Amino acid sequence: MKKKISIMLATLMISTMGLSGCGKKAPETGTTGGDVIKIGVFEPMTGANAAGGALEIEGIKLANKLYPEVLGKKVELVLVDNKSDKVEAANAASRLVEKEKVTAIIGSWGSSLSMAAGDIVKKAQIPTMGTSCTNPLVTLGNEYYFRVCFIDPFQGTVMANYAFNTLKAKKVAIVQEVSNDYAIGLAKYFTDSFKKLTGDPNCIVAVTNYNTGDQDFTAQLTNLKAKNPDVIFAPGNFTESALVIRQARQLGIKTPFIGGDTWETPEFITTGKEAVEGATFSTFFATEKPITKESEVFLTAYRKEYNGKEPAAVAALGYDAYIILLDAIKRVGSADSVKLRDELAKTKDFQGAAGVINFDENRNAVKSAVIKQVKDGKFTFKEVIEPVK
Amino acid sequence: MSLDTFLQHLTNGISLGSLYALIAIGYTMVYGILRLINFAHGDIFMMATYFAFYGVTTFMLPWYFSFLIAIILTGALGILIERTAYRPLRGAPKISIMISAIGASFLLENVAIVMFGGRPKPFPTPEIFDKMVQIGNISVQRLTFVIPVVTFVLLYLLLYLINHTKSGMAMRAVSKDYETAGLMGIDVNKTISFTFGIGSMLASVGALLWALKFPSLLPLMGVMPGLKCFIAAVIGGIGNVKGAVIGGFILGIGEIMLVAFFQDLSGYRDAFAFVMLIVILLLKPTGIMGEKISEKV
Amino acid sequence: MKKRNIILTIISMLILIVVLFFIDKNLDSYNTRILNLCAIYVILALSMNLVNGFTGLFSLGHAGFMAVGAYTTALLTMSPDMKAQNFFLAPIIKPLANLTLPFFPALIIAGLVSAFVGYLIATPVLRLKGDYLAIATLGFSEIIRVVFTNTQTLTNGALGLKGIPDTTNIWWTFGMAAVTVIIITSLINSSYGRALKAIREDEIAAESMGINLFKHKVLAFTIGAFFAGIGGGLLGNLLGTIDPLMFRFILTFNILLIIVLGGMGSITGSIIAAFIVTIAGEALRFLDETMNLGFITIQGIPGLRMVVFSALLMLVVIFFRHGLMGTKEFSFDKIINKFSRKPSEKGGDQ
Repeated sequence: MKKKISIMLATLMISTMGLSGCGKKAPETGTTGGDVIKIGVFEPMTGANAAGGALEIEGIKLANKLYPEVLGKKVELVLVDNKSDKVEAANAASRLVEKEKVTAIIGSWGSSLSMAAGDIVKKAQIPTMGTSCTNPLVTLGNEYYFRVCFIDPFQGTVMANYAFNTLKAKKVAIVQEVSNDYAIGLAKYFTDSFKKLTGDPNCIVAVTNYNTGDQDFTAQLTNLKAKNPDVIFAPGNFTESALVIRQARQLGIKTPFIGGDTWETPEFITTGKEAVEGATFSTFFATEKPITKESEVFLTAYRKEYNGKEPAAVAALGYDAYIILLDAIKRVGSADSVKLRDELAKTKDFQGAAGVINFDENRNAVKSAVIKQVKDGKFTFKEVIEPVK
Repeated sequence: MSLDTFLQHLTNGISLGSLYALIAIGYTMVYGILRLINFAHGDIFMMATYFAFYGVTTFMLPWYFSFLIAIILTGALGILIERTAYRPLRGAPKISIMISAIGASFLLENVAIVMFGGRPKPFPTPEIFDKMVQIGNISVQRLTFVIPVVTFVLLYLLLYLINHTKSGMAMRAVSKDYETAGLMGIDVNKTISFTFGIGSMLASVGALLWALKFPSLLPLMGVMPGLKCFIAAVIGGIGNVKGAVIGGFILGIGEIMLVAFFQDLSGYRDAFAFVMLIVILLLKPTGIMGEKISEKV
Repeated sequence: MKKRNIILTIISMLILIVVLFFIDKNLDSYNTRILNLCAIYVILALSMNLVNGFTGLFSLGHAGFMAVGAYTTALLTMSPDMKAQNFFLAPIIKPLANLTLPFFPALIIAGLVSAFVGYLIATPVLRLKGDYLAIATLGFSEIIRVVFTNTQTLTNGALGLKGIPDTTNIWWTFGMAAVTVIIITSLINSSYGRALKAIREDEIAAESMGINLFKHKVLAFTIGAFFAGIGGGLLGNLLGTIDPLMFRFILTFNILLIIVLGGMGSITGSIIAAFIVTIAGEALRFLDETMNLGFITIQGIPGLRMVVFSALLMLVVIFFRHGLMGTKEFSFDKIINKFSRKPSEKGGDQ
């Protein structure tokens, strides 16, 4: 019996390979014929990063609803899940490029996932618009990868400036999520900028690490308390950061905490409760201070679509990724991927919902950052920081 | 390091250690009876917290009631897992039952991801536990006093159960030799289920205290504590309840002290538990309080 | 081997080479990628099966060896420019900065480094039995991952490596897979292999027969680590980018699923199961997405795919303990005899 099963399965396997072999090698560039232009969306819909992915998809879908057509053709979104896993991300991107034959791709939340798709989109010459992936490596050396957000070096500098200028800090301690590329990137750039600003090589009094998924930070925080910093910089995902700040307050540490854009989620406040009052961070977008006219369009539409819910910054980025692609397609006049890439690179002063976008020589968006603070249990806007031109 | 800082570290260590101890007891009980590492223990731990969470938020029950229901439900879940994943494999080679344990663990985690979603949920912490108490320069949460007390009370009750009751005697008999125990008229199935139930309930108490201390619930939150508590049980001597408590404290305090004294190694904190495991398995494989089990042909 | 079998084997090899040619020329990159993954998983499954299935050691440390292999290959094959670009937070340690090797030597070195790490781990850990061994190997795998996350100057820490030359193609993967199959099959059919199987069946009896338990266990473990390292290296060069988070326990779990499904003592089983699980992983995407059955639309439940896989593992281990092939292997003899109605010449298990 077992042998029969195995022979059947072996035949099945060979026939699957044979059937899939019937798919000939397709033309490389994505020129979709007919009345539909396909835009691939490759985000984590399951797995560890599903939350971030879901928010971005909200923004992208909203943009598609508001602007469903370009050049008289309907724009169809093809969503593929990269499952928050690198291997799957490569498969997902490959699928979009080969099977779905998309003209362009939007994605992804999570720089490591975006990097997995890098080579594939480069070889297939499909321009890809990153949404919130801030690791500089994503666009480095890859002419087909763009992003609508600024990168870690900029964000680190922004927070260093805030700590030095606004908070008048001379000594900073860093608590970083060492297994998170975003966190260590931010920490390094913050350190470099802060050292330059203070002129004091010992201004970072302590650097302590924790891993993703850790829940107990009391040991690390107790050490920090002894060093008496003016400000604590804690880049890391909101899950851990909320607990870090909470435990810090429980240990009697009254120092202000600053961090990065990953803090801007509802769970940061519901988990951190009173402890996170006053926590300040940099992010891409503020609902109270619409930066452009498109911001207002986005906000109104979002609130209507999602029943009064306030949009997360990454949703605005997803929205921008979509409309900037559409704008470039309009300028090119066709869905030719290679021409689209060149046109995208020429984008100047694009009015996105999350700010005015210009691409630098590495296809990263040069735009302003927004500082937000937790006040009375809500994220409130503090100020806008312009990029150094 | 100033005395204040050191005392604060010590307090943190005791707090963490007593949590590990409580969960390790559940592990060691099951191992004592079945000679099986219940990989799913950490996930039963996780489910307990979610039960309590939904009890408070969706069903609007007062916290003590919700906790009680969570404990009972978790005990039932433990028994269910034993029946479905372990009982059918009782006569099979060891490796099958271990794989089944891993499968059960993964199944629970993924079902949790599907049912509860991957976003962290804030655990409701009643005021009574949350308040901070100041002793000199050290800040201690009220909860920090509750945890060791609960651990020792439960330990005492458990030891009483094992050594002075008939069910306890049945458990000891089954752990020595389950075939003979069956021949002596002990209902082996019932005893094993009972053990799993008690072990899971202990895990759930530990889980609720853990969630009170670290109020962020995630489907994978039980993985690391599960592994670490197993290591704690091994350090103390697997199969020995008192040993599990000792192991828990050693691991908890050790972990904190590692970060306290070697700031640069704070990223290696998790690795510390595994290094301790290797060390103890090499130096004294039966653990601190364990007895030598000779393998018969 | 009988002359007829040798000829049949050579013919199958030639058919395989022709099929590979066809795939290389005609198949689109999506399907090629899937097939590459299948072959890599074959190597990984075989390496794990050698330790878990044939020697009966419950080792859960495979992800760690893969990580060592992947990082070694990556660091040895990346160009100095790529390395400078990647290590922007902290420069890579001096000896590695300018070292670049061609793919094959890098792969072999990766395997050797993994084997060495395996040997170091084996020595303390293989005195343990059953559950303890499982947790200890799992622990080491985690330690390796934590170390890689923290050693910024060696592995670029959490940032991972990007721009690894994608030298892995269908020839490399299937070629290495074939080599692995041949080596492991010869090992299993040799006196070493019989010793390993004896250890699996009953350690005490094997020891009393004069088999040096420790030496054989370490051998199996080290060879398993060698091939795991090679598999990891191929994977790294297929994806072009790696980071420590790829090598968590779930990777070991996937390979465990494959060998349980295929039958823990069967090489053929592992090969078949590797293909099935990898292809199913892609084909079952629909479980996570919305299914439009024409008359009703079943809303996609994200994460359902993993639930199905975990449940599958449990079902297989409880009801079909021997997996697909048990301990049986594919052999030309059996197939021909099936069709010729002659009594089989060899008796007993192959």
